[in-house]
Amino acid sequence: MDAMPIGRMRSAGASFVLLMLFWVMLNGSLASDVLIVGAVASAAIALIYRDGLSIFTEARWTPAAIGATFGYIGYFLKELVKSNLHIAAVVLDPALPVHPGIVKVHTRLKSRMGRLLLANSITLTPGTLTVAIEDEWLYVHWVTMEAADQEEATRQIVAGFESYLEVMYG
Amino acid sequence: MAAVLDILGGLLLVAGTTFLLLGGLGLVRMPDVYNRIQAGTKATTLGTLLTLAGAACLHPDWAIKLLLIGLFLLFTNPLSSQVLAHAAHREHVATTPATEVDLLDEETGEEA
Repeated sequence: MDAMPIGRMRSAGASFVLLMLFWVMLNGSLASDVLIVGAVASAAIALIYRDGLSIFTEARWTPAAIGATFGYIGYFLKELVKSNLHIAAVVLDPALPVHPGIVKVHTRLKSRMGRLLLANSITLTPGTLTVAIEDEWLYVHWVTMEAADQEEATRQIVAGFESYLEVMYG
Repeated sequence: MAAVLDILGGLLLVAGTTFLLLGGLGLVRMPDVYNRIQAGTKATTLGTLLTLAGAACLHPDWAIKLLLIGLFLLFTNPLSSQVLAHAAHREHVATTPATEVDLLDEETGEEA
């Protein structure tokens, strides 16, 4: 612990702040006993998981990254709504027009957190579900498969989110 | 103002539960486990978020806690779906005959 590298210490510190914020918002109170319990628990969790991933791990703090974060959230919400309308249309169609497949797509993202968010985003967007990640390859289940070709599938599934996440995490 | 929030909250609740209903219908109608997971994940995420937003309109003092629940869902829902789908694939749960390709199976099939 005494030799904890700066990067990990910053990551643990960021986790502590996030957990503490979560705790105070859940309690809706700033009484000293609430704060003490929260601080002890948050510090313990942040230290235990200092090697783990958190939303701030590998995040970039440039203005461009912060702008991309808002762009990402907006794009994500739009895709989430589209995704639901798409699934609703499939489910309500008497013919049940599914022609699924598991395709392989490539990501340019290098960071672990960027890849994790990409996989999560793909799962919540139209007709796609990440089944496995192996290094820079993602295997995606696609309800209405439009392209088996890797480049075309990558363009349709990955490119939208990747352009934001690339700026946010690299 | 309160009346407007009441109406908005009610509409959001109806929209949210409609998506949840469609998700349930998807679970019944979809042909295999992967497609079911897809229907289940997406509809429950948006359905629950809309329901939470509706509840926040009806009880504005709950809004912060409801927001936290929503964030928690956004991070955990897709993860659990991916783990379920990956586990199903490792156990060779059959895909529907309508499936056109399974590139994951072709590449990792021989190790299993």
